Amino acid sequence: MLSLLENPRLRGGIHAEEYKAETSGLPIATNLPLPKKLYIPVQQHVGKPAEPLVKVGDKVLKGQLLAYSQGTISAPVHAPSSGTIIDVLDYPAPHPSALPIRTIVIETDGLEQWTSLDIPADPFQLEAEEICLRVGAAGVVGLGGAVFPSAVKLNLGRKNQIHTLLINAGECEPYLTCDDRLMQERATDIVSGIRLMLRGMNAPKAMIGIEDNKPEAFSAMQAACEAFENIDIIQVPTRYPMGWDRQMLRYLTGWEIPADGRATDIGVVIHNVATAYAVYRAVCLGQPLISRTVTVAGSAVAKPQNVEVLIGTLMSEVLNFCAADKSRTARLVMGGPMMGDALPLSEVPVVKACSGILALSAADIEDPEVKPCIRCSSCVTACPVGLLPLEMASRIRVNQLDAAVDLGLKDCINCGSCSYVCPSNIPLVHYFKFASGELFKRQQMEHKSEQTKRLIDDRNKRMERIRLEAEAEAKRMAEARAARLAEQAKAKAQAAAETEGS
Amino acid sequence: MIRQPISGPHVAAVQSVDNIMRKVIFALLPATGCGVLIFGWPALYLCAVTIAAALLCEALCLKMKGVAAKPYLMDGSAFLTGLLVAMTLPPWAPWWIGVVGSAIAIILGKQVYGGLGQNLFNPAMLARVALLISFPIEMTTWVNVKPLLFGPGVLDSLAVTFSASVNTDGLTGATTLGAVKTGFSLNQTLPGLLYEYSGWLSFIGWERGSLGETSSLLILLGGLWLWRQGVIQWQIPASLLGTLIVFSTLFHWLDPQHYLSPWVHLNSGAVMLVAFFIATDYVTSPNTPLGQLVFGAGCGLLIFVIRSWGGYPEGTGFAILLMNAVTPLIDHYIRPRIYGRYRNGKPLDISQS
Amino acid sequence: MYILSAILILTALGLILGLSLGIAGKYLKVESDPLVDKVEALMPGSQCGQCGFPGCRPAAEAVASGTAPVTLCPPGGTSLVEQLAKLLGIEVDLSQTEDQEPMVARVSEDTCTGCTRCFKVCPTDAIVGAPKQIHAVVADACIGCAKCVAVCPTECLQMHPIEVTLRDWRWPKPLAKAA
Repeated sequence: MLSLLENPRLRGGIHAEEYKAETSGLPIATNLPLPKKLYIPVQQHVGKPAEPLVKVGDKVLKGQLLAYSQGTISAPVHAPSSGTIIDVLDYPAPHPSALPIRTIVIETDGLEQWTSLDIPADPFQLEAEEICLRVGAAGVVGLGGAVFPSAVKLNLGRKNQIHTLLINAGECEPYLTCDDRLMQERATDIVSGIRLMLRGMNAPKAMIGIEDNKPEAFSAMQAACEAFENIDIIQVPTRYPMGWDRQMLRYLTGWEIPADGRATDIGVVIHNVATAYAVYRAVCLGQPLISRTVTVAGSAVAKPQNVEVLIGTLMSEVLNFCAADKSRTARLVMGGPMMGDALPLSEVPVVKACSGILALSAADIEDPEVKPCIRCSSCVTACPVGLLPLEMASRIRVNQLDAAVDLGLKDCINCGSCSYVCPSNIPLVHYFKFASGELFKRQQMEHKSEQTKRLIDDRNKRMERIRLEAEAEAKRMAEARAARLAEQAKAKAQAAAETEGS
Repeated sequence: MIRQPISGPHVAAVQSVDNIMRKVIFALLPATGCGVLIFGWPALYLCAVTIAAALLCEALCLKMKGVAAKPYLMDGSAFLTGLLVAMTLPPWAPWWIGVVGSAIAIILGKQVYGGLGQNLFNPAMLARVALLISFPIEMTTWVNVKPLLFGPGVLDSLAVTFSASVNTDGLTGATTLGAVKTGFSLNQTLPGLLYEYSGWLSFIGWERGSLGETSSLLILLGGLWLWRQGVIQWQIPASLLGTLIVFSTLFHWLDPQHYLSPWVHLNSGAVMLVAFFIATDYVTSPNTPLGQLVFGAGCGLLIFVIRSWGGYPEGTGFAILLMNAVTPLIDHYIRPRIYGRYRNGKPLDISQS
Repeated sequence: MYILSAILILTALGLILGLSLGIAGKYLKVESDPLVDKVEALMPGSQCGQCGFPGCRPAAEAVASGTAPVTLCPPGGTSLVEQLAKLLGIEVDLSQTEDQEPMVARVSEDTCTGCTRCFKVCPTDAIVGAPKQIHAVVADACIGCAKCVAVCPTECLQMHPIEVTLRDWRWPKPLAKAA
């Protein structure tokens, strides 16, 4: 009994309204008209931004390298279509602040001419390192939203000799069905991608975890995996945040990743199912990551559906394609409604991280008044990590951030389950995001003050040195002068003596 | 940035404070109705006066704080506190007992601590205990069962509640627990003392007692409904009643002449009300399931101890206040285990997994 | 009779226990580092003077002796207030304090005369320049003490808030609508 309390396979979480039925039955639309301009930010991944190697005026082909990766944790960026580079500027990023980010702008020529692609004869005979290199060169990053460079993860997996690859097909966020449709339509390609990942890491087996609200996707993937003994697909209960990789891993295997460690520490690597598809495209077809499936939904959208969008397409164009009503849009969200970001404007580009564009009407979001905390502890029940959101929030409200860290702030995954259930509508996750940012800022300030102390120290030493030199100089001059005077006096005395003598 | 950036989540559950309060009030209505039915019109008037006083005190305090009163008055929290205070009062108590009780509950029990969500002690229990100690006569005058249409009429009942002129000699008696305690002090023993006790009548509420807590059956039903609605968790009622049953069974088995049976314990002195409605109060109970189990067990144990060996026949009020005081301690030491860490906060050992 | 003996016994007990506490406090005392040094170590050390004291050491002495509040140091921010409060074991209500917007100095190049007065007073050597040449502020090293602004004869030095970029953007605190 106690062990059930201690190690539940599935803890916390919420059962949200899914809103998936409207889009999960429609095929992925591939007929989005080619945009006139494509805006490609150089940083669409975790790590160092890519460095552009094209100049204004260059003609580029579809799939051509635009910016190369810098450092170990980085990813390159490629041209989604053929055309001319018309600008490299700071353009608003798809971010709640809409602050600018370095962006390469391509004016498309409508020809969609591909660059020369390196298609291997037999992808499944490639060496593991070769697969990882190709994946890295194609700019594949985690498409579940974390956008971590996939090649780095694959290499890490190979170095750590992992024994299981977990493919996360949870897609627990309401509204989003891009992974669902991908699995229904392109299951064989996804399985090829999984096999390539396994080969790239020299790993023996893979398991795919899929929520049970996607029965068609499950059957499609099951049929595709049948031929391969080492790939299993298992259904998991539908409960947000089942797609949290650690929760899914614990549910399927009972293993827990240590708090300060990574999945590779226990011999597992986790990838999103759409990333597996991107790996297939990168290795088998030689195509870099230049497009992705995006779910466009929300009450303000008249034709909700999944669309295959070229990276760099402005969200406003995608919304127009799906007949979104701007006047009814109370909030524009990139991603899912639980962890997605509210964007202040829609003229921002679709990036690799964008799994959904939601135009939510006022009725969808219901922004009610915040009331005081009644300590009902619904948030404690909902938290999948096992934290005490009400306690952390009350400390953060009075700026006692260290107390909040003691309560486990650093383990919060910002899933939003606590804010979802709060009867007083307290913006709990907002407090935690604020606190994390604040702690980071304080760390930076501490570094700055250490640096300041060093600079002041150096300056004082420099002043001291100057003063000593000046003193030494003055002393020397005084001595020289005294010596000179002594000489003069001596010479005078001698001259006087001589005059007397003669 | 011109306006505040908005953080997710952008959807929310339907649960709200108003909703929760309304459900609790709804769950209490059957038992209150039964109280009015059994004790007549004075009970209804006392209820009304207590609740009105609670709302008035709340409005007054909010005005002094300089906060808009309407949202807080409408969310049902003051109404609920008033109702709970009324339910623990003797049904024919004078009106000023209800007013003083509400005032203590709202002003001293809630607003002084900072308002909704900030109090340390359960306001209704605080009021009850304060009244019990300050006005022992009025708070221990238990009227006999006088059903609605057989007791004083509508207008006569006004005199009962609002003036002190009604002679209640011959109309009152002791509750079960009170009679038993007095009997023990006179060296009488069970089961003789329970000669006029009927287990079943007691269960449905046909006995002397406080306004709303005589009917264990209706309160139990209300509490179970509340649990199914997800408003309360099972841990506190289960551990409170469980501990009480365990201890009373043990001692009754060891010495049936000096210890009441578990059935009598469960049906008297508002144990059901406390288990489902008072101890489960969000603000004053622990946050975690394990903490709630400890809290409930502590309450059950204290109720038994105070009833059996304490000076007062009734122990629930004191038991709750004592455990409320311990709640912050429970919350400090009993925390859920964080994913990826041991209970003491250290990250898991890799070799273990 | 009983009352008298009770009074005598309790009084004696009180006196004995009180005396023991006093003796223990004196002879069993634990020596620790001087508080002033600990406080000074926490301060930014920029000797900027914004607290009103002529440097971090005098400010640390004032804080340690209790004559100055722990909220005296603007560059230290709320993190410093929290640390000092913890060190001195005092309660501080941080809900009303907010971090000051960090500022850096900037030279307006059209009005700089190259008089060199500013870089002589800069405690972190953040200003570069030579006599009769336009000066510039190295923003990374600037601590916002504003001493240079005070001595500049042409008022070409101004304090500006640091521009936020996407990299260092952080979530602001949610507005407190309820108690």
